[in-house]
Amino acid sequence: MRQNRFVSSIALVAVLFVAACSQNTNNVEIFDPYEKTNRKIHSFNKGLDSVVVRPTSNAYGTILPQPVRRGVSNFANYIDTPRFILNDLAQGNIGDAGHNFTRFMLNTVFGLGVLDFASAAGVESRRTGFGETLHVWGAEEGAYIELPVLGPSNERDAVGQVVDFISNPISGTLDSSEDWVPPTANVMDRLGQRYEFGATIDGLLYESADSYAQTRNLYLQNRRFELGGDDEFAFDPYEDFDE
Amino acid sequence: MSNNFDRRSVLALLAGAAGMAALPAYAALDDAKAKALIQQVVADINRIINSGKSEQAMYADFERLFRRYGDVPTIAYSVLGADRRRASQSQVNAFADAFAGYLARKYGKRFREFIGGQIEVQGTRNTGRYYEVLSLARLRGQAPFDVTFRVSDRSGRDLFFDIVIEGISLGKTERTEIGAMLDARRGDFDALIRDLRSAG
Repeated sequence: MRQNRFVSSIALVAVLFVAACSQNTNNVEIFDPYEKTNRKIHSFNKGLDSVVVRPTSNAYGTILPQPVRRGVSNFANYIDTPRFILNDLAQGNIGDAGHNFTRFMLNTVFGLGVLDFASAAGVESRRTGFGETLHVWGAEEGAYIELPVLGPSNERDAVGQVVDFISNPISGTLDSSEDWVPPTANVMDRLGQRYEFGATIDGLLYESADSYAQTRNLYLQNRRFELGGDDEFAFDPYEDFDE
Repeated sequence: MSNNFDRRSVLALLAGAAGMAALPAYAALDDAKAKALIQQVVADINRIINSGKSEQAMYADFERLFRRYGDVPTIAYSVLGADRRRASQSQVNAFADAFAGYLARKYGKRFREFIGGQIEVQGTRNTGRYYEVLSLARLRGQAPFDVTFRVSDRSGRDLFFDIVIEGISLGKTERTEIGAMLDARRGDFDALIRDLRSAG
């Protein structure tokens, strides 16, 4: 009960926070009023990647065999699933809530949390989070921001990320001695992804002519695609000939 | 306004007449033709990535594929952005030529990660301005992801002009990339063209 009150007050604070987001009044494709600060954070993140994240992920990927990494990733997804269900319900998406509930039950019973039995049975992962909930509730994405350590985001999704971090209902069922488990699984999962998509991320960060602009470009397009809707800024090279 | 309309109709008539003369069987692009084109592209990609050829040989194959089924000159023209107004015609042509090889190496490298995987064409969608052919890439040990090809006949031929992977457009990515490369070379087109020949 206390947990519930806590979650709803967080949600309220988040909604007020989003209401204070910068307004993209001219509806430009890339709304980046904080570019100067963002670029500083980007070079910090890039330094962090080359000195800490990349080497650590290489060690992680080299030491742990692929099936073990897969298990870690499945487990991170598994303990996040109650949070997905909570957000599905908040979005009024009963179908996805039921889907994720089925996934959670299947993976609890047959996968012990580390095997993704549900995906093998055709009940694939459908991730969501509070950023998407805010989107469904009508919040605009606001300005582009790059967060220290966490990387590219926007004002709305940054609020979502904070709420996601503290609102996993599974935390309420854990002893204080087990509190470290969900964030640790999350960090390990991220290291695994850094390793898995190593060549792509290296290309983005270290081979792009302007890694800040390219990261922003990829993030914004991919995030808008995840949330659905029309591609209002689609690339149409033939328009150039109609000038 | 009426002037503009006249100019356009005359151009359209001329283009139409030229098209009729050259290609008597030419008919407008539709769902089936867009799908058939991309099925051909996907079959070629699948064949190239599973051919067991060397990296260099695969890049040459990808370059042929881009030039044959993709509207590379139009993409190249567009990714230059407003800067192209400062370029000469021969610079634009040299850029488009270097850009084809660059695309083949850069995206060929990505497609090489698909080795052992398959791309399957799923369906098509008419957006009004162009056709979208939706496909699914199934790679070993990874969740499947969406690859969308955008097809148009506005060049006079049925060609793809963009590939969108999980919402990320090749055209927009290259517009950002080429813009940044040109900035880094202080707007020097010849330097850009020279470096593009080995980039990717």
